[in-house]
Amino acid sequence: MAKLLKVNIQKELKEFDLDVDFELKKGCLGILGPSGCGKSMTLKSIAGIVNPDNGFISLNDTVYFDSINKTNLKPQKRNVGYLFQNYALFPNMTVEENVAIGLGKGYDKNHLSEIIKRYHLNGLEKRYPRELSGGQQQRVALARIMAYGPDVILLDEPFSAMDTFLKEQLRLELVNSLRDFDGFSIMVTHNRDEAFQFCDELIILDKGKVIAKGDTHEVFENPRKVQVARLTGCKNISRIEIIDDYHVKSLDWGLELEVSKKLSPNITHIGIRAHDFSSAKEDDLNAFDTLGSSKIEMPFEWEITLANGLWWKYDKQIHEHEFLVPDYIKINPKNIILLEE
Amino acid sequence: MTDWSPIFISMKTASVSIFITFFLGLIVAWGLVKMKNDTGKIILDGIFTLPLVLPPTVVGFFLLWIFGVRGPIGSFFIDFFAYKIAFSWPATVIAAVVMSFPLMYRSARGAFEQIDSNLLDAGRTLGMSEWKIFWKVAFANALPGILSGGILAYARGLGEFGATAMLAGNIAGQTRTLPMAVYSEVAAGNMGEAFGYVIFIVFIAFIVIFIMDYVTLRKEKQWR
Repeated sequence: MAKLLKVNIQKELKEFDLDVDFELKKGCLGILGPSGCGKSMTLKSIAGIVNPDNGFISLNDTVYFDSINKTNLKPQKRNVGYLFQNYALFPNMTVEENVAIGLGKGYDKNHLSEIIKRYHLNGLEKRYPRELSGGQQQRVALARIMAYGPDVILLDEPFSAMDTFLKEQLRLELVNSLRDFDGFSIMVTHNRDEAFQFCDELIILDKGKVIAKGDTHEVFENPRKVQVARLTGCKNISRIEIIDDYHVKSLDWGLELEVSKKLSPNITHIGIRAHDFSSAKEDDLNAFDTLGSSKIEMPFEWEITLANGLWWKYDKQIHEHEFLVPDYIKINPKNIILLEE
Repeated sequence: MTDWSPIFISMKTASVSIFITFFLGLIVAWGLVKMKNDTGKIILDGIFTLPLVLPPTVVGFFLLWIFGVRGPIGSFFIDFFAYKIAFSWPATVIAAVVMSFPLMYRSARGAFEQIDSNLLDAGRTLGMSEWKIFWKVAFANALPGILSGGILAYARGLGEFGATAMLAGNIAGQTRTLPMAVYSEVAAGNMGEAFGYVIFIVFIAFIVIFIMDYVTLRKEKQWR
């Protein structure tokens, strides 16, 4: 049977109206957006914790929600696993008891210990959640969800409450767990790295509306819209005036630049990723001077801010502490992203 | 000769009424926490909290008005069961339940509201029934708060005087509870007898609070 998750929901919220529409045929979908854009609300609607005002949600042949036929399956009947931002482990139950809740009534003891082992929780069975580290708590939460055997896993900002070191290790663990998982997963995040790392497909949400949708690599490489470029991590965005088919004047940086694609009138902005500049000679194509720039040393890169507001990031080794900003830098025309408002 | 009947009556009344108050308070608190209509919530909260704020004799007045021989419930019981509620032992239970209910209800509600709603939603997405979520998640995690509500309600029920006097009266051997007995003995000038009852009440109150505080403390240490 072909697998298909359909979501098309509308809900009136205080600040804006949520209107999300997508279909997922396989793997992991990322929902990327700034905080308070309706990401969590979308996940909660799929889980049945929150009810949309209108719309339709179905998985394969099961209708979860249908406002026209007044179908609204209880969360208990949806077979959806939800990884909460704070993991929501039951504080009054031990690790073992928490996982056993996922297995349900009359579970098999061997099955339980197998899951405990698979998530590297052996030795921690009798501990209470408060006695575990953040990473262990996440593993318990994941084990509890997997024990339940869901068709869909919903991950709500799974790494937001962690420090950088732990985050990187847990990302690897989670990537591996999800690889073994046969169903759908949807991850909500405001972190572009997480979205890029986990998700085959991506939706970008802003103020409750889908502003970009598609293959993750494609969305990152060709963001098309200003807001999408910003959310996928494009540091430099400027308003433009079109000079001719291949030349623009940047209004924010005071530069005239050549682009590689033919310009059309709906292009209102250009974007340049901070890593895409390189040092240049004065008369190179798209070169400009760096007078009045300032630099900040980071562990693995230099961050250079130019007088006109452009950001440049230049990779370095940890032991290098000297860097002379070149007099001129340039940008390759094919690295200039054309954007619509 | 010391009359032991007030002790028996009081223990019986306090035990039966805490049983009713405890479960009634839990259910009502949970119902109100889950209620979505804010106006309804405020109105119901006002009604349920009223006995805490009103003078006990005023509550007793209303109870008499409802459960008295001419009251809606009182006359119903007389007509259908030939049973007179007012000035009978069950009246002491009714008075104690109504007076101790707000303490139980408010403590339980406060404890339920402290629970992270994600825990309840996690239970739902893991297929737990609402009944199981209530006992295993909500009740279990709100237990310290619920128990302290129980302590207060029990103490309130044991010490109930005003509303009991209005609805149940002060009939020796029937509705004369310990606080009533203390009042009656003092009124009759028997300070020695009154003192015996007083000592007993203080003793019981102290033991109950000690036991429940101990349980609460242990539970809190276990998970936090």
